[in-house]
Amino acid sequence: MSDDTVSLVLFSGTDDKLQAASVLAVGAAAMGRKVNIFLQYWALDAFRVDRVLKDHGVSAEAGEAGLRAMQAQGKTHWSELFAQAKDLGEVQIQACADSMEMFEITKDDLDPMVDGIWGVASFFMEAEGPVTFI
Amino acid sequence: MTTAEVTRSIDARGMACPGPLMTLIGAIREGQVGDVIEVLSSDEGSKSDIPAWVQKAQHEMVEVLDEDGFARFVIRKAR
Repeated sequence: MSDDTVSLVLFSGTDDKLQAASVLAVGAAAMGRKVNIFLQYWALDAFRVDRVLKDHGVSAEAGEAGLRAMQAQGKTHWSELFAQAKDLGEVQIQACADSMEMFEITKDDLDPMVDGIWGVASFFMEAEGPVTFI
Repeated sequence: MTTAEVTRSIDARGMACPGPLMTLIGAIREGQVGDVIEVLSSDEGSKSDIPAWVQKAQHEMVEVLDEDGFARFVIRKAR
């Protein structure tokens, strides 16, 4: 069984994609994988400390029926699943420095579960194997 | 019938994936070596995920029983 690092780039800031990503992260951590998460663009925006628990909408393909199905399932919120992933294993969440500049925000604007700020080269220093872009 | 004496029983029916597994992991962490934990789950993912995690984390799957609309997993904390 492989113990390779799981590298996730989160780009989308809608709740459905963040939810899916959080399930991947917590599952990987539970199975003993190291997980590196890199937050860019709208995903980074969703990790702002004052916005984490806000409604971030869902992807266009969800539609009304998809949104209702997702809400009816009553999953644990993605922020809680990322926190559980960090508690379970070696999981780091890093903010993209370039996206930080775009939003003109600092580390203090982000939820404390974000470990730090990385340039893209730092991310690839840690990313062994394939990168999943969500 | 369960052959092992259950130390702790968790009813995770109705929880969405990966809730039942996360609840089991929490119970294993809090428990003592030798504890036997029972998890009831109606989540389809649990049927593959709970045995996979138990194997990976090197605990012992005592039994898996299909019940009416849910599954009963019995796990012994091995380390």
